[in-house]
Amino acid sequence: MIDSPFNAIVPIVCVVLAALAIMAAEAFRARDEQMALGGLGIVGLIGAAVSSVLLWNEGASSFGVIVADNFGLFVTMTLVIIGILTIMFSSSVVRRDGLPAGEYYALVLFAVAGMIMMATANDLLVIFIALEILSLAVYVLTGIRRDDPRATEAAFKYFLLGAFSSAFFVYGIAFTYGVTGSTRLDRIGTFLAAQSMSESPLILVAMGLLLVGFAFKISAVPFHMWTPDAYEGAPAVVSGFMSTGVKAAAFAAFTRVFLSSFEPFSMDWAPIVWVLAVATMILGAVVGVAQTNVKRMLAYSSIAHGGYLLVGLIAANQVGKAAILFYLLAYAVTNVAAFGVIALLGTREAGNDELRDFSGLGHARPALAGLMTVCLLSLGGLPPTAGFIGKWYIFSAAVSSGYYGLAIVGVLTSVVSVFFYLRVIVMMYMSERNPALAVPAQVRGVGLAALVASVIMIFYLGVLPTRALDLAAASISTIF
Amino acid sequence: MLLTLSWLVPLAGALLLLLVGNADGRRDAMIRWLAFGVSLVTFAVTLSLWVGFDSASAEFQFVERYSWIPQFGIDYFVGIDGISLLLVVLTGFLTPIALLSSWGSIERKVKEFSIFILALEAAMVGVFISLDLFLFYVFWDAMLIPMYFLIGIWGYDRRVYAAIKFMLYTMAGSVLMLVAILGLAYFHSAAMGSYTFDLLELYSLDIAPEAQTWFFLAFTLAFAIKVPLFPFHTWLPDAHVQAPTAGSVILAGVLLKMGTYGLLRFSFPLFPEAAAYFAPWLALLAVIGILYGALVAMVQPDMKKLVAYSSVSHLGFVVLGICAMNIQGMQGAIYQMLAHGVSTGGLFLMVGMLSDRRHTRLIAEFGGLKAVMPRFTAAFLIMTLASIGLPGLNGFVGEFLIMLGAFRWSPGFVIAAGLGVILSAVYMLWMFQRVFYGPVTHEVNTTLPDLQPREWAGVLPLCAMALVMGVFPTIFLKPMEASVDALVRQMQATQTLRVENPTDRRLHIINQSAIAPERVARQ
Repeated sequence: MIDSPFNAIVPIVCVVLAALAIMAAEAFRARDEQMALGGLGIVGLIGAAVSSVLLWNEGASSFGVIVADNFGLFVTMTLVIIGILTIMFSSSVVRRDGLPAGEYYALVLFAVAGMIMMATANDLLVIFIALEILSLAVYVLTGIRRDDPRATEAAFKYFLLGAFSSAFFVYGIAFTYGVTGSTRLDRIGTFLAAQSMSESPLILVAMGLLLVGFAFKISAVPFHMWTPDAYEGAPAVVSGFMSTGVKAAAFAAFTRVFLSSFEPFSMDWAPIVWVLAVATMILGAVVGVAQTNVKRMLAYSSIAHGGYLLVGLIAANQVGKAAILFYLLAYAVTNVAAFGVIALLGTREAGNDELRDFSGLGHARPALAGLMTVCLLSLGGLPPTAGFIGKWYIFSAAVSSGYYGLAIVGVLTSVVSVFFYLRVIVMMYMSERNPALAVPAQVRGVGLAALVASVIMIFYLGVLPTRALDLAAASISTIF
Repeated sequence: MLLTLSWLVPLAGALLLLLVGNADGRRDAMIRWLAFGVSLVTFAVTLSLWVGFDSASAEFQFVERYSWIPQFGIDYFVGIDGISLLLVVLTGFLTPIALLSSWGSIERKVKEFSIFILALEAAMVGVFISLDLFLFYVFWDAMLIPMYFLIGIWGYDRRVYAAIKFMLYTMAGSVLMLVAILGLAYFHSAAMGSYTFDLLELYSLDIAPEAQTWFFLAFTLAFAIKVPLFPFHTWLPDAHVQAPTAGSVILAGVLLKMGTYGLLRFSFPLFPEAAAYFAPWLALLAVIGILYGALVAMVQPDMKKLVAYSSVSHLGFVVLGICAMNIQGMQGAIYQMLAHGVSTGGLFLMVGMLSDRRHTRLIAEFGGLKAVMPRFTAAFLIMTLASIGLPGLNGFVGEFLIMLGAFRWSPGFVIAAGLGVILSAVYMLWMFQRVFYGPVTHEVNTTLPDLQPREWAGVLPLCAMALVMGVFPTIFLKPMEASVDALVRQMQATQTLRVENPTDRRLHIINQSAIAPERVARQ
């Protein structure tokens, strides 16, 4: 690749260009003209993937604030996969629900661009800008079905709480700047490493505020309140997109900030994050049991998964950092697919996302039910799926740092969460279909291809994880 | 390659069936034969393992090892010794019988049913042959999925409840074992500098007594739930009673043995000191289980539930034999595992046949069947007597060896366990009497058909096996002898080492009180 200061932002540029192209195409589109707008988006995302592959091991850095190190590139790849799967699942949904195609795809791509930026940012202010880019896009996507009062409510709630958390985050940046004189992560790290003996109370305040900001985005308890409402109200595809993409981007930045810059103060923040992790795992699993709406249930499940990821963060060893990356990938593939199934089941009039809507699906649509079962078992962490290897990796990180208690809470809550994944399976296979319910439409085309691709990836990561594990391990060797 | 085939064949069969189109069940017959054929091939593979097995050696044989996830030192590492060999053969033996039994009773979704049974067989064989803890855990957990579906889809009225209970109970135990496995690998990396899940290497790892205690408890909880040891047995009656006949046969025949096998292969040899410390407590639970299971079985109105509780009682014997930690006890335990698989498998099979005919399993609904179904009665009697432990049948050998081993260790337990033997005669014979003797009390029962040819094909091998195992126990004791001997020596060696260097006072006391007399003498 040519050596230029712009190298590190090439993946972001690819995605943004695709988004702009979609907007332009939408502007010139005749009223009823069909256009493969999603295809344009996929082209952009593939561009991002290709440039990430080329940047691998290069350690490129643009203007010192965006660094395309392997860590960022691994997350970028994960985000690209999320983006491609989302667009594939969306293709049938957009047409069916009459969503504004141009705006929809452009927003998805802008959100992905923001996510990639957040994962590769090396400056607190850039992280903040990225956070705002992705958040604004996702707020709009949540409420993109304007005629649906639930979606509007969800979007509004998400927006208010999100804005609130952004304020915390900015405050945290301000305090950090006040103490260290910089917003660059590397400079903060150097400054704090020298200072770590004489603690300044202000830096604790700064850390606390940043922590709150991140905790909102990864929906850690007690900052998770918006999650179930937002995921339930948003179209299922969008829920799948934000439950994975936003979480992956936020976790990447979270890991970068707390395990590199604030590493010297880990004695101070680790106990707090420990409490957050335990509360998040327990609440996500236990409250999930009481849900009767599958989207809401998956929302609580994603809260619980955030808790497992926090375990990797606390472990703070090499295994833990790589485990976060692998877990994000495994979880992303699985969760996008699970929401994708819900999206494919829905119709324009009804979401079909209640637990009872799944009854007898095993007879009516065996293939769809089978693929959904694989996703649910992977979310539950059963072998031989990606979710199992992910949990294995995360908990081995915890154990090798001596956090046995955390590992035990983690595995026990994952048993609790298996209970609600099983409820969906029970509905699909062990109860008769209510004759009043319409048989869901046959799934075919791009949506089915996305689903099959996800399930293949789930099994691939579950049975032959070596390659992905290698990449994850190589990703953390460059920084930290 | 042969050993890998033993789990790959059923798995490949399951995947093959997945591809067979079967809309509206028009290819049901073909699928049944196909699944049955695959299970027979698997049985042939397991038998050929036995043929090629060198009984004189205590080493693991047919070892295959490929690097799988090198980052963690995880290998695809399989091999069998005399103990696992017999359990693999048992699995191969029971699966075709279970499939045959389903031909009369499973009418809907035959394809899915056959797929799940074959997948289950693959996972069960995998559990018995794994020598890598990670691989073992994968099979151990993967096994839950097909069993969950078997109970949940094809079971009786309360199947969903039973299926979920089964799954959650077992998982709750096994995830703690997962943490312990990770801890073990971490201990190894701390001591030796690298992660490994290689069982044989971990055997020689020196673990501090404190850590041993926790690891032992985590492993043993997982296995105790599976066995099931009192008081962790409550999932069993539900799962057994609700499962379809084929499911019950496999559940009783093989799945429960995974628990006792785990104790033998993992808990005891990996953590010998903790095992010596906890053995009396485990034995106490086992004896409570023996008596409690027998007493509860006695008052069951439902035949299937009665047999289910009798399993709790019989598996208590197995655990008692393992706790004795001497050759007789261990051999008896393994023999009892096999014998229980055959006789209880047979009992569930025949109760299932009655249930297919009458759609009830209540003892009160039957009576005087001897006049109506004489051949069925004869076969049932053989299984009943085998289950009681009549000399000349399979149950006797195992129970006798267990008692012998336990007596040399701690006679107190044997007295209580002996009471269990008597009770088992009471509840089994009493059920037999109420079901088969006396006048025919219900009009419908007068027209019940006797054993059909297809049913003969399932019952006959089991009866023959019960006799062979009772009369020629050497056939089965021979292959396991060297392995059991090595296992017992290995555990004693570690303990002796500790006694010679009593670093820990508590351990010293344990060794005084808990080791069998002959071992103290040897020191």
